Amino acid sequence: MSIIATNIKKTFGAYTALEGVSLNVPAGKLVALLGPSGSGKTTLLRIIAGLEFADEGSGRIEFHGEDVTETPAGKRGVGFVFQHYALFRHMTVAQNIAFGLTVRPRKERPPQKEIDARVQELLKLIQLEDLGNRFPTQLSGGQRQRVALARALAVQPKVLLLDEPFGALDARVRKDLRRWLRHFQREIGITTIFVTHDQEEALELADEVVVMNNAKIEQVGTPQEVYDRPSTPFVIEFLGNVNRFAALGHPLHGAGSDVLYVRPHDVDIQRDYHGEHGIRVRVQHVFSAGNYGRIALIRADNGETIDAELSRVRLAELSLQVGDEVWVVFRHIRLFPAGAFSERDVATDDAIPATLDAGRGI
Amino acid sequence: MSTRTARTILPGFGLSLGFTVFYLSLIVLIPLSAAFIKTSAMSWSEFTDAVASPRVLASYRVSFGISFLAAAVNAFFGLIVAWVLVRYPFPGKRVVDALVDLPFALPTAVAGIALTAIYARNGWAGFLEPLWAGGVGRLEQWIPWGNWAEWLGLKIAFDRPGIFIALTFIGLPFVVRTLQPVLEEMEPELEEASATLGATRWQTIRRVILPELAPALITGFAMAFARALGEYGSVVFIAGNMPMHSEITPLLIITKLEQYDYQGATAIAVVMLIASFVLLLLINLLQKWSRRHHKI
Amino acid sequence: MASAVSSLNKAGPRTHTTRATRDSDWVRWTLTGVALLFLAGFVLLPLGAVFAEALRKGWAVFFASFIDPDALAAIRLTLITTLVAVPANVVFGVAAAWCITKFSFRGKSVLITLIDLPFAVSPVIAGLIFVLVFGLQGWLGHYINAENPWFPWLQQWLVEKDFKIIFATPGIILATIFVTFPFVARELIPLMQAQGTDEEYAAVTLGAGGWQVFWRVTLPNIKWGLFYGIVLCNARAMGEFGAVSVVSGHIRGETNTMPLHVEILYNEYQFSAAFSVASLLALLAIVTLVLKSFIEWRHSRTHA
Repeated sequence: MSIIATNIKKTFGAYTALEGVSLNVPAGKLVALLGPSGSGKTTLLRIIAGLEFADEGSGRIEFHGEDVTETPAGKRGVGFVFQHYALFRHMTVAQNIAFGLTVRPRKERPPQKEIDARVQELLKLIQLEDLGNRFPTQLSGGQRQRVALARALAVQPKVLLLDEPFGALDARVRKDLRRWLRHFQREIGITTIFVTHDQEEALELADEVVVMNNAKIEQVGTPQEVYDRPSTPFVIEFLGNVNRFAALGHPLHGAGSDVLYVRPHDVDIQRDYHGEHGIRVRVQHVFSAGNYGRIALIRADNGETIDAELSRVRLAELSLQVGDEVWVVFRHIRLFPAGAFSERDVATDDAIPATLDAGRGI
Repeated sequence: MSTRTARTILPGFGLSLGFTVFYLSLIVLIPLSAAFIKTSAMSWSEFTDAVASPRVLASYRVSFGISFLAAAVNAFFGLIVAWVLVRYPFPGKRVVDALVDLPFALPTAVAGIALTAIYARNGWAGFLEPLWAGGVGRLEQWIPWGNWAEWLGLKIAFDRPGIFIALTFIGLPFVVRTLQPVLEEMEPELEEASATLGATRWQTIRRVILPELAPALITGFAMAFARALGEYGSVVFIAGNMPMHSEITPLLIITKLEQYDYQGATAIAVVMLIASFVLLLLINLLQKWSRRHHKI
Repeated sequence: MASAVSSLNKAGPRTHTTRATRDSDWVRWTLTGVALLFLAGFVLLPLGAVFAEALRKGWAVFFASFIDPDALAAIRLTLITTLVAVPANVVFGVAAAWCITKFSFRGKSVLITLIDLPFAVSPVIAGLIFVLVFGLQGWLGHYINAENPWFPWLQQWLVEKDFKIIFATPGIILATIFVTFPFVARELIPLMQAQGTDEEYAAVTLGAGGWQVFWRVTLPNIKWGLFYGIVLCNARAMGEFGAVSVVSGHIRGETNTMPLHVEILYNEYQFSAAFSVASLLALLAIVTLVLKSFIEWRHSRTHA
């Protein structure tokens, strides 16, 4: 079941939540809506679910080619999972899961036996077979989230929508549940959209990432695409750490108010360097606890800080000490012309001559 | 909230606790115990004679029955008032919200004479009495085996319906004020979840919202009921105070006192005190339970 | 049960604008209509009736009701009673809230329940228990009439002074203190519980003494809650009828408070005079509600 949202506008009083957003989600895909809070991602999800409606006269939502713009939430066939689960506290886990089936009109309601069987099946799917008679208050956060998912799935929705599904969980549980969700989504192949502000989560989990900012979509692409070829300064800054420089002063490196970005892992440090693209820096700090070494460097010419990440092997080879004077070389740079910031209309990859392939050095 | 370290660091524990317990004993515990001590001096038969004579039993029926009815009416309308105040915007909402507390702030004697002025035969709403009597007449026509006229009384003021009106008036804030915070804190996501699962609005109200509100609703009901049981000031003016028919138990206690029957008055008071304490216990348990149950 | 009227601790209102969960217009209008009609009939109408009846015979009669010496005596007694009862319960409320919220000790929840007890007691019974303790037929009476009392000098002093509590001002004050007992404490305990002990702890580490901590850290934090408790306590103290009625003895000009004076006038069919004095009490209720709304409005603004 594909989802197409066209030109969705939404304002709350004077505040604009969505500024004419369009989105196309192919059937069976797992898509992440990624952005900071206030970017409009949750509003978009809620409009797709039918919990919110786009401003009068704007927007159109289609499920599998069928216009559902005016269809109320309960009739759209969506499964919605809320950030704080929104489980019904006075019902057991089993009653929660069965709720969507038991509220159907008598004619469409499956017999009680079938409902029970469906609940058992779902309990098994979420690995909580023995907890059907518990109340939500007696479950852990991760268990509650899975019950919420099962409740949403019980009505056999055509699409699954999750609002910050892991936001309220602690780090460990989040990792486990994330893996479980991906596995599970691949298995049943349901079109799924989830909202998150955690770039790592989006990149790890999604087939496709929709990066949102300021009521607009900045970029849509596979995790690899949005990470390696971010199309706007916002995307590159939002997806992981990055060094930001004003133009480096070399013709190839842009001019005037152009801005350059270099990921810390694209910064190479060398003790001796004789090429023309090296920058003289001084080591300010070395953090060697962790999977890789992180080094804070200060440019000798203008005092700007540069962050670098090196493998621990490389770090050991270099045996850097605070105060050492060394060279850095950038393996990969992204340049955005000055206009990219004000106009949002950004350079594509080809238009940026300074984007060089790894290892070529500048 | 307090911690072990706070106990040793902050001063004034001994002084404040000592004063609290002393003052509590002096004003509340010792005087209350006087009622129980006085009663314990009675023999069992004296006690049962005092608390179970026909006139006293009739007063229980009036007090408990009408208090229950008034609390039930308050539960119903209180739910609507709380819902409207929390959910629907309308002009003058602040004033209406403040007015809910009027029965609490208005001295009961004032409420009593005001209600009497309204519902007495020649009063403001005196025109209601024929309507009321007509309604009772209809009831007798339709369901002839009920002794309606006697049970419900024909007049409003100076009879049982007057007691009902007074007790409804004074119990009104309790249900509204216990429901309001619960309604305000109820996550809208619960209703949205219900809606996305295909429930109709009515199903959502019946199966999600009402069960969610039930503990607060019962608590508010119990509070209104407890308050109505002990109410005196607003009722005496409007009740007519006919023994065996429209005499509430607190009034009977006063009547006994005026006849210098201290023992009889105290015995009845002890029965009422026990009823109130049971209600207080019930309310506390309910609140504790719902706090535990509702913490997610 | 004061929680029914205490709303300082509740969360601010939340607006529900989601279209998916909004009720249809006719439901909204019907329910709003029912709620407003119910409140109009049960609340607004009695309030209006008080003022209408008070002014039925004109302003001259209205004001004459207050110049009557018995009315003035009743007003004076009500003020005296309130001026003793309210401060007494403020001191108690602050002390109780301090030990309950700033320290942990066994039996705390029992203590909280006991503080609530007077709310569950019928005002008539509240009066009765003081008659049992201090009345002529009660413990005090027994002591005064005892043949061989403990402390004979005390008995003699009591007899000489013709010491009376019941059917006198002290009894009225005691009964009023009883019925208004929990108001301040009930308001302060949840408030101070929510605030915790961090600030006091910080003040102590900075070298403040006990009273300094209270006056300069705790009190500024609880002042609105305290004021709120005082407003409620005051309204109930001035308006109490049942408990005071039992212990007062209804001696005109001496042991009649305003509500009792209203009752006497009413029973003597001096309706206009009764409603005039009653309108003063109703005015007090309105002032209470206005103050209450004001405090809540302030609270919601500072805690938004």
